[in-house]
Amino acid sequence: MLIELPCPIPYVSLMNHDNYPNDYIRGILQSVKTIALVGASQNQARPSWIVMKYLLDRGYDVIPINPGLAGGELLGKKVYGRLSDIPHPVDMVEIFRNSEAAGPITDEALALDPLPKVIWMQLSVRNDAAAEKAEAKGLQVVMDRCPKIEFGRLSGEISWQGVNSRMLSAKKPVLAGKGFQKLSLNRPK
Amino acid sequence: MTDRLPGFNTLAVHAGAAPDAATGARATPIYQTTSFVFDDVDHAASLFGLQAFGNIYSRIGNPTCAVLEERVAALEGGTAALAVASGHAAQFLVFHTLLQPGDEFVAARKLYGGSINQFNHAYKNFGWNVVWADSDDPSSFEAAITPKTKAIFVESIANPGGVIVDLQAIAAIAKKHRIPFIVDNTMATPYLIRPFEHGADIIVHSATKFLGGHGNSIGGLIVDGGSFNFAGDDRYPMLSKPRPEYGGMVLGETFGNFGFAIACRVLGLRDLGPALSPFNAFMILTGIETLPLRMQRHSDNALALAEHLANHSKVSWVSYPGLRTDRYHNLAKQYCPKGAGAVFTFGLKGGYEAGVKLVSNLKLFSHLANIGDTRSLVIHPASTTHRQLTDEQKTQAGAGPEVVRLSIGIEDKEDLIDDLNQALDAA
Repeated sequence: MLIELPCPIPYVSLMNHDNYPNDYIRGILQSVKTIALVGASQNQARPSWIVMKYLLDRGYDVIPINPGLAGGELLGKKVYGRLSDIPHPVDMVEIFRNSEAAGPITDEALALDPLPKVIWMQLSVRNDAAAEKAEAKGLQVVMDRCPKIEFGRLSGEISWQGVNSRMLSAKKPVLAGKGFQKLSLNRPK
Repeated sequence: MTDRLPGFNTLAVHAGAAPDAATGARATPIYQTTSFVFDDVDHAASLFGLQAFGNIYSRIGNPTCAVLEERVAALEGGTAALAVASGHAAQFLVFHTLLQPGDEFVAARKLYGGSINQFNHAYKNFGWNVVWADSDDPSSFEAAITPKTKAIFVESIANPGGVIVDLQAIAAIAKKHRIPFIVDNTMATPYLIRPFEHGADIIVHSATKFLGGHGNSIGGLIVDGGSFNFAGDDRYPMLSKPRPEYGGMVLGETFGNFGFAIACRVLGLRDLGPALSPFNAFMILTGIETLPLRMQRHSDNALALAEHLANHSKVSWVSYPGLRTDRYHNLAKQYCPKGAGAVFTFGLKGGYEAGVKLVSNLKLFSHLANIGDTRSLVIHPASTTHRQLTDEQKTQAGAGPEVVRLSIGIEDKEDLIDDLNQALDAA
């Protein structure tokens, strides 16, 4: 007789900040267009530079924030010193700083007018108090996740690297743009 | 996408294998190509810099091999996997990623003979020093740990069969000393035992055996459990230090909980080269689709044959944890309640001569040096694999003159029992 074992990694789970449903993350990545990236780096070996480049390649308008680089350019985009210096609204604030620093950065984001729709804290960054404040103002919050990894997971790209995408599907992944090495989020569910 | 928690059987068929994005091919295509065209110069630079996901060259990654990797990662409940040319290559890359010259690792004494050779001799050239511990005594692992210890290595069900290792007890020691716990899960497969659920950090496989399952392809896998935090740990510079090969990137930080698998790929596989052929990946993938069906039949058949042999007048002993009287039966009930696997040993009252005769008298069992085939296999270690040892050494290695090892296949068990009966009668 065969006995089924459940998989210990949740494929689908109720929404909390330990486990995000795929639809929640996909919804954010499909709706935001302008992303302020706090803690941008000009060092090409740093995750923040890699993620900025990847998001630009995927058509997002990424605005780098770094007081030390303010006024200069990074990957062809003007660098601002702080969130409030950006002269136009942003849809999402991505925080590439440590968990403690994520508190005041979230406060700055919540002082913007109009408010951003999403606060996203990078892999290993988590600040539950800041998340609670943002959610109280109606923002969506993601913590301890990387948008590049999540994009790769939901599109299917990350499977090329042997990573467990935790996605099963009998539908084709969707090619994005030219070539065969970019996949789209617009994949049938 | 499915909205339910998929079960093991579903993962065995589907994990990693969506229809092909370009052609819609439903079976996983064999991407028999060395290289992949870049979309443009910038895209090529991004791939080489590990800044984008994608394919460059099949020594580093290949879409057919990647399906196998994700499949096994999903079945084991890991974060990522890496497919390589053999089980030996998997072990080599794991230790290459964890150890520096002069480092040590603690390994269970009861292992596949090829692994004992690899650890005792080949690794000496790299300055990696194995320290042996008693598979049945977890405290012997702790006693062997020194400041130079970088890993602990065991087999979940140890070759040549009949030994179940107390994974949780050894995992607790590894955790206490903050040392990665590596489990070779070849004999059990994730169908019988899932070592990450018992505290393993890294799993290796010889996919040549039950994962492929049909005796047609050599292959190996490394699975990252994502549970060991290498970032900031100076003992593991491949993961925690800026890598000059990648412009100063810190792999354990950049790739989070699948950093170990990435390090094995981009430092180990890329530079040492034991890549799996896409064709072999396809064969192993096809085998895995029926893994749950086969492993249950292997184990059920093995138990029936072990019970039969235990009552046979020409047999002095049978070592199979599925037997109620076996010393490992309680560990088997704890770790592998569905079955104790396909491989076991037994002793012949007639000794060496009886072993030689038995092997030559069998008609269905194939006489060869492998395990984990659909076909039933037999070997008499004293006259083959352990021939060069003294009688005393043979006995210490569990290969005494009277010992016969079986790897039970998925044939009808009545036919296997008939074959053993006629061969024993003539032995």
